[in-house]
Amino acid sequence: MEEKTILERLRQAFPTGIRESGTSLGDEVVVIDKEILLPVAAYLKDGPGDFKILLDLTCVDFPGREPRFEMVYHFFSLSRNRRLRVKAQVSEGELRIASLTSLWRNADWLEREVYDLFGVQFEGHPDLRRLFMYDGFEGHPLRKDYPLRRRQPLIHLKE
Amino acid sequence: MTGPKVKRPPSGQFITTQFNSLLGWARKFSLFHYPFVTACCGMEYMSAACAHFDIDRFGAGWTRFSPRQSDMLLVVGTITHKEAPVLRTVYEQMTEPKWVVAFGTCAVSGGIYDNYAVVQGIDQIIPVDVYIPGCPPRPETVLDGLIKLQEKIQHQEHDWRWKKKRS
Repeated sequence: MEEKTILERLRQAFPTGIRESGTSLGDEVVVIDKEILLPVAAYLKDGPGDFKILLDLTCVDFPGREPRFEMVYHFFSLSRNRRLRVKAQVSEGELRIASLTSLWRNADWLEREVYDLFGVQFEGHPDLRRLFMYDGFEGHPLRKDYPLRRRQPLIHLKE
Repeated sequence: MTGPKVKRPPSGQFITTQFNSLLGWARKFSLFHYPFVTACCGMEYMSAACAHFDIDRFGAGWTRFSPRQSDMLLVVGTITHKEAPVLRTVYEQMTEPKWVVAFGTCAVSGGIYDNYAVVQGIDQIIPVDVYIPGCPPRPETVLDGLIKLQEKIQHQEHDWRWKKKRS
């Protein structure tokens, strides 16, 4: 019954920001408003859930849906051997969300990756630059509307 | 009584050849290679280069990690657009004569990576002499490609100062 309690505790601690919660493939999933991401993350890290590890942080593009983007965070609790997935939806018009670098240092490069490939702005990130693509690269290649055949070579290519 | 003496070249003491074919023979069995290894094909390169398949049997045993000292550039693995200027610089740093081997499907054509990041074949950046297909190629295929390159070197249309012959 432990799985229930972390979701219930979250709902108690944040009565307004939790949109939906449930389990998927054995892990708890919670969808929150993006405004409360930082307090929720701090609560998960230092609260009763004890989610000390940020496993992964990524983004999903749903073209045609509003809000278009969805940030996905995976947390892991070493002491309890539990995982938790937190989702927050971000609209294309206001493509920014709080950075988790103040809580987990490994969020630094993960957020740079998401910024590089999806163009999400992270407020409070110390050094938000591209991670994979090079300077001068236009657009964000993992967005679904990035043209499939578009190439941006750095040097002249022979045909 | 002895018959008239037949004049014959003494056997086994000299051979007749052309200077260029002698040079080609010398060059093809002393290939110093520079492995530009970027991806999983590197495992097969290691297998081909080390004792089990032993690329040294074909005279290409010396791995030089400086492009200035090497003759054969082995491009082993996926080349991204971000990496393309590096590869071209390495190629330009090599001294003549030099040969390029595209090792594996990614270097040949980009392979399965038909996307924003990957160069669709290194022949878009540098000239390639031998293409070795396979994902990754087996070491036997690598040795086959090396032998093909040696045949090519043997019949190079260059003079010994590495100037292109004018036809």
